[in-house]
Amino acid sequence: MKIKYLIEKEFKQMIRDSFMPKLILIFPCIMMILMPWAADLEIKNINLCIVDNDHSDYSRKLINKINASEYFRLKEIAPTYTEAMESIEKGSIDVILEIPPFFERDLIKEKNTNVLISANTVNGTKGGLGSSYMMEIINSFAGEIQQEWKSADNKAVSAVNISIQNRFNPHLNYKFFMVPALMVMLLTLLCGFLPALNIVSEKEIGTIEQINVTPVNKFTFILAKLIPYWIVGFIVLSICFLLAKILYGISPVGNLSTLYFFALIFIILISGFGLIISNYSNTMQQAMFVMFFFIIILILMSGLFTPVASMPQWAQTIVFFNPLKYFIQVMRAVYLRGSGISELMPQLAALLSFAIILNIWAVVSYRKNS
Amino acid sequence: MDNIVIETKNLTKTFGNFTAVDHISFQVFKGEIFGFLGANGAGKTTAMRMLCGLSKPTSGEGKVAGFDIYRQSEEVKKNIGYMSQKFSLYEDLKVWENIRLFAGIYGMNDRQISEKTDIMLKRLGFESERNTLVKELPLGWKQKLAFSVSIFHEPKIVFLDEPTGGVDPATRRQFWELIYQAADQGITVFVTTHYMDEAEYCNRVSIMVDGRIDALDSPKNLKQQYNAQSMEDVFQQLARKATRKAD
Amino acid sequence: MKQFVAFVHKEFYHIFRDIRTMMILLGMPIIQIIIFGFALSTDIKDIRVGILNPNEDMTSRKIIEQIDASEYFIVTRYLQTEKEIDKVFKEGKIDMVVVFSEQFSNNLLHTGEAGIQIIADATDPNTAKTFTQYAANIIAAGQQGMVSNGNIPIHINSDIKLLYNPQMKSAYNFVPGVMGLILMLICAMMTSISIVREKEMGTMEVLLASPMKPIFIILAKAVPYFTLSCINLFTILLLSVYVLHVPIAGSLLGLIVISLLFIFVSLSLGLLISTLTKTQVAAMLASGMILMMPTMLLSGMIFPVESMPAILQWISHIIPAKWYIMIVKKLMIEGVSISFAWKEISILIIMAIILISISLKKFKNRLE
Repeated sequence: MKIKYLIEKEFKQMIRDSFMPKLILIFPCIMMILMPWAADLEIKNINLCIVDNDHSDYSRKLINKINASEYFRLKEIAPTYTEAMESIEKGSIDVILEIPPFFERDLIKEKNTNVLISANTVNGTKGGLGSSYMMEIINSFAGEIQQEWKSADNKAVSAVNISIQNRFNPHLNYKFFMVPALMVMLLTLLCGFLPALNIVSEKEIGTIEQINVTPVNKFTFILAKLIPYWIVGFIVLSICFLLAKILYGISPVGNLSTLYFFALIFIILISGFGLIISNYSNTMQQAMFVMFFFIIILILMSGLFTPVASMPQWAQTIVFFNPLKYFIQVMRAVYLRGSGISELMPQLAALLSFAIILNIWAVVSYRKNS
Repeated sequence: MDNIVIETKNLTKTFGNFTAVDHISFQVFKGEIFGFLGANGAGKTTAMRMLCGLSKPTSGEGKVAGFDIYRQSEEVKKNIGYMSQKFSLYEDLKVWENIRLFAGIYGMNDRQISEKTDIMLKRLGFESERNTLVKELPLGWKQKLAFSVSIFHEPKIVFLDEPTGGVDPATRRQFWELIYQAADQGITVFVTTHYMDEAEYCNRVSIMVDGRIDALDSPKNLKQQYNAQSMEDVFQQLARKATRKAD
Repeated sequence: MKQFVAFVHKEFYHIFRDIRTMMILLGMPIIQIIIFGFALSTDIKDIRVGILNPNEDMTSRKIIEQIDASEYFIVTRYLQTEKEIDKVFKEGKIDMVVVFSEQFSNNLLHTGEAGIQIIADATDPNTAKTFTQYAANIIAAGQQGMVSNGNIPIHINSDIKLLYNPQMKSAYNFVPGVMGLILMLICAMMTSISIVREKEMGTMEVLLASPMKPIFIILAKAVPYFTLSCINLFTILLLSVYVLHVPIAGSLLGLIVISLLFIFVSLSLGLLISTLTKTQVAAMLASGMILMMPTMLLSGMIFPVESMPAILQWISHIIPAKWYIMIVKKLMIEGVSISFAWKEISILIIMAIILISISLKKFKNRLE
């Protein structure tokens, strides 16, 4: 029962710190308020320039249709493509649509014509998505004309009727995708950095000596360091759940208890990682930078911002060893698809193994003597 | 031989090619106050850290409270108390919270702890400071508290590393009274110091020079042997031979 | 001058002694360039497709073949019932299911009512948006070859031209961001921590008591970090030209001058933080929260600022890295002349003047 006294001590220290309780309460709030807006890759307001070389009824119809779309902001109608390119160079235009001469004539006669979409892809997501939005509008424009003609001369056209259904996120709301994953990032930052600074700060202050000279065993000591962060993590996560509901109206389709269950494993895992860094560091500055280094890699290569499937094979191999990937998968699956534990067995196995390995490492790397 | 509580044979610690502690051998008997003297950098703290199980010896043997310091360091730790040179109680905990923490780690239960805390605080005259944060105490009080915490679980031996560094003479006297009280209870006291007047209070002293023990006896015998008026004088004669610079 | 050199030596010594931190400072840009350049991308590939096809006809099989043959999709599973769709989605094993209507080829030829439903796991909306569009295009383009009775549906072909960044390499986007982040990290964060550490340990008083002018003490502190940032700057440029093959389209000299200006801004920020905080932890958290987080989020490095709400866009204006990144994008990638970036450059210069005067004033106040 020695651990009771050690845990008591950790809590007293945490609460008495003038900064820590504020950080634990305020940081998640700020992040939950700001991050989903900042990390919103839902592209809107794409600045568009149209070069209309046809000036026909159909080309004007197409322009009107584009203008009605929420994605594009028609900034300019340029007389020539060269002039449109100048606007791109100045940075005021993201996408150019060039309608060729004889657009209308070809459309009616040949039933086939071309338009040119030029996208500035210095920002890859914006350029890529901008051109695929444009493609969508043009395809649906073609469909509308087809309908018009069909009802005009009532002739059957052998076309496949393609319908698209977006499941689990029908309104393609990017926040639904990001918010659950951002919670993982938040937990990683708080429950990773704080333990990383913890043991090393006892080293710098010198109190670790007094603990090391007692017969307390390493496992008890590490466990006593972990449990407070576990509770901190639960508080942070609950704040996140609440804010996600209040601010963005996002609540999990699946079971909240499934999320807590996985969070329990993940927090122990990431705090254990922080403690390992702390054990190997001599100064807080060092611990801070080493942790910063790893956390950036862990977060970037987790599938949080870009899909894991889009990565090259070697990177996917590295990501296989990134615990964040599995927890992000769990969060998104439970929040959006309503998956249960039985559907998340591979993730459970991965997280459990990481948690066990990292914490054994944390215990072993903590040295009571030199 | 039952009353030997610390025994070392050729205990050595090297860091790279620097030999901090060089083949020291000595014995400490139950209930005595053993002074461990030496200039800064002579290797006192390193030797003491080995005896406490904080640092593994490079070679040689050592036994503390009957346990091998190399293989049974956790057993050793159950039987000792330690007060380090750098004040190392938790400054952000209150007086009673520090006592409770360390007593708890040594396996005492809540009831034992609270009873003993009352007795201890009364004896120190600290009752009014029970709920004070340790960082708000003056240095002398902190040292007394640290010592009391280190013997709170009634260890067989207590190791004190420069316990009176930086405190005024009056407080030092009070501190030594506490040491005597502990020794009266049968606790063996192993103390390093560089105050030579304090050496006079010890039953026996050893003097370390350049990682070796150059002299070991009671203060009285040492003064006779070196034909000196005071321990200060004995120390000066030995220290003059040192080649190692203080850090 | 001699004294100054001695001080600079001392600062270098501090940095070299902590090998681990130095390795991280020098290694961080390399790792980040590799991650951003090679690992991260939003390209659509290997989308796992499930097929639910109640028919055995040639037409549907041909469509499936065309989907499978595309570089975007792999058909990994054939489903038998509607129920299975939900199950494979929930297990996260399939990204998209293509459902053919019954009597598919027959209806296509005779009634014109043949249907294909594309069901996407839209958990990731951007990816889903793009790959459903791709799938629809493959099917639409394919059907022209399938229909034989002359009544071909109309089709407007979209030729897509991706400017500046034809392979859509994320590197073009991230290199300027990494440059901004790393320079900010080293100059502002390290400088502030190292000054505060001296304060915390009490050695600052000793330094200030020396005959050196305080401003030179600070300058001496800045020199090693300045050197480190220059090394990092060149590492990043070399890596991006020779490893990522991102050419420096504009003037190298202009790029260096702008980077020096940004380094100067960051150093002033670091100095400012150091005068406002008392402990290392506070300096770390202040630079972490006030500098790093906003720099990563609001500078347009990962997320486009344009699509953020007005308040965030407004906040992003006060972040120096944002302007630096914008200039670098213009000079380095678009290769336009420096006159196209005069607005951003003057903003950076104004920021530099304001920051350095505030922090020098604060620093002097503290001395008095």
